[in-house]
Amino acid sequence: MSTQTRDAAIVGIHEYPSRDVEKLVSPLQIKAACAAAALKDAGLNWSDVDAIYDASDGSAMSGLTIAEYFGIKPRVIDTTAVGGSSYEFHAAHAKRDIAAGRAKVALLTYGSTAHSNAMAIGVGGRGMGTTPADNMESFAGMTLVANYAMAARRHMHEYGTTAEQLAEISVATRMHAMRNPEAVQAMKDLEFLDIRETTISDVVNSRMIADPLRLLECCMISDGGGAVVIASPEVARNCRTKPVWIIGSGEATKYPENGGDITRSAAIMSAPQAFGEAGVRPDELDIAMIYDSFSITVLTILEDLGFCAKGEGGPWVEGGRLRFDRPADGPALNTDGGGLSSNHPGMRGIFLLIEAARQLRGESTSQVPGAALAVAHGNGGMLGSRHTAGTIILARD
Amino acid sequence: MADPQRPLPTLNEHDSHAFWQATKNKELKFQRCANCQTLVFFPRSHCTGCTDGDLTWHTASGLGTVYSYSVVRQSYHPFFRSKAPYVVAWIDLDEGPRLLSNVEVSDPAEVSVGQRVQVHWEEHDELCIPLFAPVR
Ligand SMILES: [Zn+2]
Repeated sequence: MSTQTRDAAIVGIHEYPSRDVEKLVSPLQIKAACAAAALKDAGLNWSDVDAIYDASDGSAMSGLTIAEYFGIKPRVIDTTAVGGSSYEFHAAHAKRDIAAGRAKVALLTYGSTAHSNAMAIGVGGRGMGTTPADNMESFAGMTLVANYAMAARRHMHEYGTTAEQLAEISVATRMHAMRNPEAVQAMKDLEFLDIRETTISDVVNSRMIADPLRLLECCMISDGGGAVVIASPEVARNCRTKPVWIIGSGEATKYPENGGDITRSAAIMSAPQAFGEAGVRPDELDIAMIYDSFSITVLTILEDLGFCAKGEGGPWVEGGRLRFDRPADGPALNTDGGGLSSNHPGMRGIFLLIEAARQLRGESTSQVPGAALAVAHGNGGMLGSRHTAGTIILARD
Repeated sequence: MADPQRPLPTLNEHDSHAFWQATKNKELKFQRCANCQTLVFFPRSHCTGCTDGDLTWHTASGLGTVYSYSVVRQSYHPFFRSKAPYVVAWIDLDEGPRLLSNVEVSDPAEVSVGQRVQVHWEEHDELCIPLFAPVR
């Protein structure tokens, strides 16, 4: 039975337009610029904010740092840091805190200069870390791409998934990116070689990075950031924007287990919680904003969210099904151009909420007519080993 | 200039110390709880299956199966860049632990999911690194 409540809504959004800040601004400044713009979008001010959510990416005591920097004295501070899905966790917690009467206006921010700092996120050497697991694994030289590639390899082995099927994810996402001027500019600024719509053949013939994943299946490394304002129904009623209600959420964790199955992500646990709370089924959704660190991340999560059965993702995505102009075939995927082709400064989760809200407000550059229901699913950490999953179901009025 | 070196584990990490200590003797160790039989790997000081944990050390045969793998073509780490292309793999040891390592082959195309592999040891001053190769 559904326990859906409409007690918190996204009322303000902003995505930092530049993906290459040329070291001219700091991550904190990006957060502040996005926060101001998102508050303005809602018709609110700094003084309205009484709850702050931050992924602890800026400093050791980020909750304190960010409050002082913004000039806010919040009643709620949440610095949940679980990687790229942190913002889905924050949205879930903001709804919970608002519903409990602890806050009225929640502010989520993200800022990163990963590109300017030349962070080799995907293919960097895994230095010896300090956790026991790191001390057992780092000698093997598993790059981040290789981590995801092992999930892809196992998926191919168990279910017969093909490179062409995985490429569908990249092709649909790039098609959406080409319609988004900020994504096109991002690809120019990050010096993509060939900025155009791609074909399956383009993807499967691009350079191999870590078998079986190829260049056009890997996300970009950009600068960027964003902000999301979540408010109580009373506040939302007086905002300038149409409310985008958070109607369900789920959180889950996965890590390597002896005899475990890496073709199943933590979404298998977060999704039933979120859909159950929302009282909706996957086949009712118009929009799927799914963390596209790599093609395999999306394919795995489409299955785990319940759009199709485990192992059937390959055939399911065939034939351009995920494009925004095929609404009868199920949800449109990553209509902003995704991390693959628009924006990935390291932790993409906040952009999933932002683009989902755009769709439900009717403001996307690849707008699905009448979009009413969306899922934003963040995957934080690494798909092939340890990660977190945050599922948020969103609905328009 | 010296050749780039593989990043090595530290012997000063509390949970994995005994595992790496045993590699000096080319022994691949894992833990099992005598109270509840839970297999514990990576090594820990507590049992993840019960609160009356009684962890005992066992030595694996060194035989296992490739659960999944990737051929790394690009790495910015100097050592791994010098090794590329190389194979990283999750290996299911016959006794149950799943271990991350390299499968050393002359041609990465020789590696496959489900392949039988056996441990061999790369010697260093303080410890040995467990690497794998296909069982011939
Ligand atoms: Zn036990």
